[in-house]
Amino acid sequence: MPHDHHHSPRDFRPDNDTPLTYWQQMEIAVRELLIEKGVTTPGEITAQIDKMDARSPALGAEIVARAWTDPEYKQRLLENGSAAAEEMGAILDAVKLVVVENTESVHNVIVCTLCSCYPRNIIGLPPDWYKTRAYRSRTVKEPRKVLGEFGLDLPDSVQVRVHDSTADMRYLVLPAQPEGTEGWSAEQLAGLVTRDSMIGVAVPKPA
Amino acid sequence: MSLPDVKPPTFPPPYPAGAPRFLPGAVVQVKKGPAPGHIRTPWYLRGKTGRIERICGAFGNPEELAYGRPGGTMPLYRVRFTMEEVWGDGTERSDDTIDAEIFEHWLEAANAT
Repeated sequence: MPHDHHHSPRDFRPDNDTPLTYWQQMEIAVRELLIEKGVTTPGEITAQIDKMDARSPALGAEIVARAWTDPEYKQRLLENGSAAAEEMGAILDAVKLVVVENTESVHNVIVCTLCSCYPRNIIGLPPDWYKTRAYRSRTVKEPRKVLGEFGLDLPDSVQVRVHDSTADMRYLVLPAQPEGTEGWSAEQLAGLVTRDSMIGVAVPKPA
Repeated sequence: MSLPDVKPPTFPPPYPAGAPRFLPGAVVQVKKGPAPGHIRTPWYLRGKTGRIERICGAFGNPEELAYGRPGGTMPLYRVRFTMEEVWGDGTERSDDTIDAEIFEHWLEAANAT
């Protein structure tokens, strides 16, 4: 049977036929040594990868929704983000979380110009664009244009605060609760909170 | 010089801060120039003047930790800068701000004028 259907180049990720990079070789060498010396096992490594993959923005959304419905929790979250996130079942390890609040007059957006620091324990792995040089270099210089490209056009009455995650802190944006959702339950509200709204490149919209 | 408004936090740092030299609201200048090694002070902020937004706590100095030296801890601050201060004229909006974490040894006291 002839191979008669057509694949566009977009259907495939290219095969990784290129030689390993220096750091890929280094990773494999160190991993194999650690296993050989009994420091860790392949099972433990897979379990850790599963743990990282299992993190998702859902936990962050629950934290935001609780802050919208519980003013005392919101205060604790702004004062000590890590302790308040742990109250909601997050496992922070050594992550020091700073929560920044959007208001009628302030919009916050997170970037890491030096690398790709991101609150993984709260909202999972970062999207690929967060790690690009374009996002990292442009967000500190022309944030309004970058946000516009995400579909978020901010009025002049709103000040933009960019947070460059340069050292030990990790950041989560506490978006403003959308109008028209007063009286909603925390569960309903959590459904409105997207990953991008917790990075600050979007705002939650009422369903 | 263009300085941002800073409303100091109403709560203490959640992590031990040692004996920080600067308080929220203080005007500080980031030291200029190049430095070798694993630096967490972005180039685009070197020489720029801003205000301490908050004291984060005291943390290990990355310039020591990166080379396996114990180093010890040092106060870490969030410093707020205006877009105008960082990028000059022609920014999208001069009073939009950038907050970044800067370790104490990179900061010098500056005047608000």
